[in-house]
Amino acid sequence: MADGDEQATQSATPVVRAEGVRKSYGHHEVLKGIDLEVGAGEVLCLVGPSGSGKSTFLRCINHLERVDGGFLRVDGQLVGYREKHGKLYELREKEVAQRRRGIGMVFQRFNLFPHMTAQQNVVEAPVRVLGEPVAQARERARALLDRVGLADKYDAYPRELSGGQQQRVAIARALAMRPRLMLFDEPTSALDPELVGEVLDVMKSLAREGMTMIVVTHEMGFAREVGDTLVFMDDGMVVEVGSPAEVLSNPQHARTQSFLSKVL
Amino acid sequence: MTTSPETVVAVPVRHYGRWVGAALVLLTLGALVVAFAGADIDYQVTGEFLFAPTMLTGMLNTVVISVLAQALGVALGVLAAVMRRSGNPVTRYVAALYIWFFRGTPVLVQLLVWYNLSYVFPTLSLPGFGTWQTNDVMTPFLAALLGLGINEGAYMAEIVRAGIGSVDDGQTEAAHALGMSPRLTMRRIVLPQAMRVIVPPTGNEFINMLKTSSLAYAIQYHELLQSTITIYSNNLAIIELLFTASLWYLFLTSVFSVVQHHVERRFSRGTLAASPGLLSRVRSNLRMGRL
Repeated sequence: MADGDEQATQSATPVVRAEGVRKSYGHHEVLKGIDLEVGAGEVLCLVGPSGSGKSTFLRCINHLERVDGGFLRVDGQLVGYREKHGKLYELREKEVAQRRRGIGMVFQRFNLFPHMTAQQNVVEAPVRVLGEPVAQARERARALLDRVGLADKYDAYPRELSGGQQQRVAIARALAMRPRLMLFDEPTSALDPELVGEVLDVMKSLAREGMTMIVVTHEMGFAREVGDTLVFMDDGMVVEVGSPAEVLSNPQHARTQSFLSKVL
Repeated sequence: MTTSPETVVAVPVRHYGRWVGAALVLLTLGALVVAFAGADIDYQVTGEFLFAPTMLTGMLNTVVISVLAQALGVALGVLAAVMRRSGNPVTRYVAALYIWFFRGTPVLVQLLVWYNLSYVFPTLSLPGFGTWQTNDVMTPFLAALLGLGINEGAYMAEIVRAGIGSVDDGQTEAAHALGMSPRLTMRRIVLPQAMRVIVPPTGNEFINMLKTSSLAYAIQYHELLQSTITIYSNNLAIIELLFTASLWYLFLTSVFSVVQHHVERRFSRGTLAASPGLLSRVRSNLRMGRL
């Protein structure tokens, strides 16, 4: 954790802590007991073959998927439940929405709102969810779009933007909620190869500023350069955890070795 | 033999079948005109009553009840469609029951039931406000509005449901991930995008409503058909007056078709290539070398 020093007090409680997290679709178990910890300011890269459960795990963190077993905590709070007198109470949709505010998410397919301009996409949630004054939200939206290199695209609709530009708007949109944690679900997998770099650059600068990030990715170069931790998942289980340099150059497990030999 | 690209003549496909078809259609039309012209119909009467005050009032009332009933139908349709997607099973089944019942019974029957509601509820009362005789409250206008509007809502519910279903799930996920509540997500993200799918069939529904509203003549509502009947029961020019009414219905639906065309273009802006209009198609077909 290069920039984690000023957050030393926070890092006492991990931002995300998973203990034996399980998830099934019908009879098919996609997560078979995940144990994982992500500290403040940490950049954790989740890699593994498709179908290994890494995206599902990521979606469990902001309750887009419901956890079936085990404990998944964000900032010490159990995802989807309230703990009271030793019992668990399932949260209402409103409360779930409230907890999601602090967690930004970026999707593989961008999922920008196509009926809104780039600026409107960024402004929407701060104004409607947080009740931020419109003028202030607009100003901040422009600052965020400037930051991701889209100063000339405030009024462009998503369909007028390239994939890389759309994904950068999506990152600005997530940042507008001032998240403590950012989730990236294969953010560059739907991009043309020459557009991958511009999105990774934005993510790198976020990591340098100390944002806590969980990134599901196939970009091993990014993982090696930016990641603090690399987690290799296969068949719904964590197979190997370590520093990216370590895992990528000297994988211990046979399954990690065979996966990396195919992608590197 | 070779020709340079500048001098080559490209001959478009000839459609001889279309010419034959057009000739047949014209022949049939001509025969029909002859038949109707020779029949015992006084077309002068048809024209004479076109702008009779009774007809104009009826026409106006037809427009009023159609617009209001369609508005009620859209509101109920959106409500029922959203209810059908609710996580609450009670809400879901209430909506399903509403759609099942009102789509499953004839709208004419529904109109008559509303109009005769006093047989079930002789008086209506609002606690703290007062009590009224149902017959005084349930005017032909109110009965027509409720009968047509609530029936329409059941059909609109299916249209809105299809529209909501056409919006990518990723949109809902993205909105949820931003902390938007399900209600806010529906209102700000899903419904605006569903409009593109909802608007065209809704225009169709409204055109239908303009004509279906004629059923309200059965409950004494003074719409176009009621006016027509009032006049022809006096002068016995039945066919003539029915033609007058038909001319008005044709006029109303034609006017609205133009409106609908423009509304649809607006809602599909940027997503579909605008198709050329009739006039520009004719013009391009008449250009040299196409015939």
